[in-house]
Amino acid sequence: MDGTSVRESAHPVTGPRSRGFGLFGAPRGSEFAWGLAFVVPYAAVFVVFVIFPVAYGLWLGSEPSSYAQLFADPIYLRTLFNTLLFLAIGVNLHLFLALLLSGFFMLRYWWVKPLLLVFILPWAVPALPTFISIHWMLDGQWGFINNALWGMFHIDGPSWLDTRWLAMGSVIVSYIWKWTPFWTVILLAGRMGVPQDIYESARIDGATGIRSFVHVTFPLLANLYLVCTLLSTIWTLGDFNTVHFVSGGGPGLATHVLATLGIRDAFEIDQPRLGMATVMSALPLLIPLVILLMRKLGRTEVQL
Amino acid sequence: MSATVFGAQRGGGAVRARHWRMRRTLAHAVAIAVAILLLIWTLTPLYSMVLVSLEPHSNVFSSHLFPLHPTLKPYRIVLTEGYWYLEHFWREMYNSLFIGVMTVLCTLTIGSFASFAVGRMRIRKGWMLTNAALLTYVIPMSFLAIPFYRLMHIYGLSNNLWAVVAVEVTFATPYAIFIFQQYGTSIPIELDDAARIDGASPWQIYWRIYLPLMAPALVAVGTYALLLAWNEYLYMTLLLSSQNNMTVPLALSQFLNSDEAPWNYMMATAVVYAIPPIYYAFRRFMIAGLTVGGVKG
Repeated sequence: MDGTSVRESAHPVTGPRSRGFGLFGAPRGSEFAWGLAFVVPYAAVFVVFVIFPVAYGLWLGSEPSSYAQLFADPIYLRTLFNTLLFLAIGVNLHLFLALLLSGFFMLRYWWVKPLLLVFILPWAVPALPTFISIHWMLDGQWGFINNALWGMFHIDGPSWLDTRWLAMGSVIVSYIWKWTPFWTVILLAGRMGVPQDIYESARIDGATGIRSFVHVTFPLLANLYLVCTLLSTIWTLGDFNTVHFVSGGGPGLATHVLATLGIRDAFEIDQPRLGMATVMSALPLLIPLVILLMRKLGRTEVQL
Repeated sequence: MSATVFGAQRGGGAVRARHWRMRRTLAHAVAIAVAILLLIWTLTPLYSMVLVSLEPHSNVFSSHLFPLHPTLKPYRIVLTEGYWYLEHFWREMYNSLFIGVMTVLCTLTIGSFASFAVGRMRIRKGWMLTNAALLTYVIPMSFLAIPFYRLMHIYGLSNNLWAVVAVEVTFATPYAIFIFQQYGTSIPIELDDAARIDGASPWQIYWRIYLPLMAPALVAVGTYALLLAWNEYLYMTLLLSSQNNMTVPLALSQFLNSDEAPWNYMMATAVVYAIPPIYYAFRRFMIAGLTVGGVKG
């Protein structure tokens, strides 16, 4: 202990993430070489696969004429609206559901744990097979949903993917189906981190049921819930699979979101600059989210 | 229920007890109703997938909700590559596995190196690395598809499985670094100090102390990376083009795009493809527990 404490005072540690006065405050010599060796792989990945692509993307999408072209295009404007709808409804609905369900999975019945294992299946099953299955289920004539509607209630179901709003709704519901389990588990872990004696004392003060949720659980989970919302918004913005496989952007390009339209512009009609501009038009929304999220993540201990 | 009737005949305390018991039974009934709804909600798309995959005929234009003539023939066809769309099924499965396994290994290696350096060796400017990871973490994955497509040509990685591995590792490592750093704080730093005083090199500390103690976090992150690679479609379709480098998702989407697609074979392929990640996700919860990779609010 004493032998090393001399070194630590020599170099004041800087930066918010350093833990201050470590035993080995500043590595030197072979320590330094090892430290470098451990850091280089990630640094290389970061430069080659993050810095370069981002810079190249920004350059591709920096042409003003692309944006003029975009905003004159009714398909783009519809896509923009779809994206906002997807974010506003999809994100909030599935996180709120996850919040409620995480409380449900805190119950102490014997069947809760097996049920949780079944419940995380949508998260564990790869996206592509399930979205293809949902696509098939929604088929107007032979799909499972309309068969079930006819079999049980003798109702003729609509052809779900042939009208814009039904198709968009189907996409959002599929997204909720796929991602609610993931956030439920995250929020459940957050709830488990809340010490039980807080509930105990709240109960003694007369807070049970909904009041305990409003006054105890939610304030304690609020920060986590906000971080989850921000992250989920960013990931939803970048989601490609749901729209691509459930509705395919149809009928008639009516249900595209920015991510899928960008790919279509770049690779189907071969205009990478236009595609990049499509994607980058989300930046005014994305950048404030990222700043807010990085502040939140810097302050609280969150691991996702 | 008869117990509550008896309770009613006695005085005040018993009435309260009966009320309490009734409320408890009612609560349990409501909980079970919610559970049944959840089961239906969760399992319907999966059930539909399995249902179609058990169909004997390739044109699945039937309207029943239960398999009338269930058969495992589609699975046999898939596993023996007995249909021209499925000629290369095992090749595709191998490629998918290759991408998945390599993604897991590279993510774990690079992520644990970086978090060891920042969290245990406490290198100077380690926070820069953490922030870099954070920044990567918040980039929507598909937004970089267009530049990646061009850059992989420049890097000489076009039509190469490693290109997809590189993309998955790029987006999985930040998560790995976070989990490792958080989990690492629960391992006493005194262990490292003691080993160092005994003359252990940083590599020995990493290999003999850090990694074994991090096992639950490694399992959690490994599962995450595997699921990320298994969910991938976009980058595969952009970066892989030759028949030799096809993966199962690409084969599935080919199915989907052809007109006379035999849906039963397709769904059987989908079910087979879905099995490895389910297995690993379950194992992850058995080994790592729920809270690793969760959140401390």
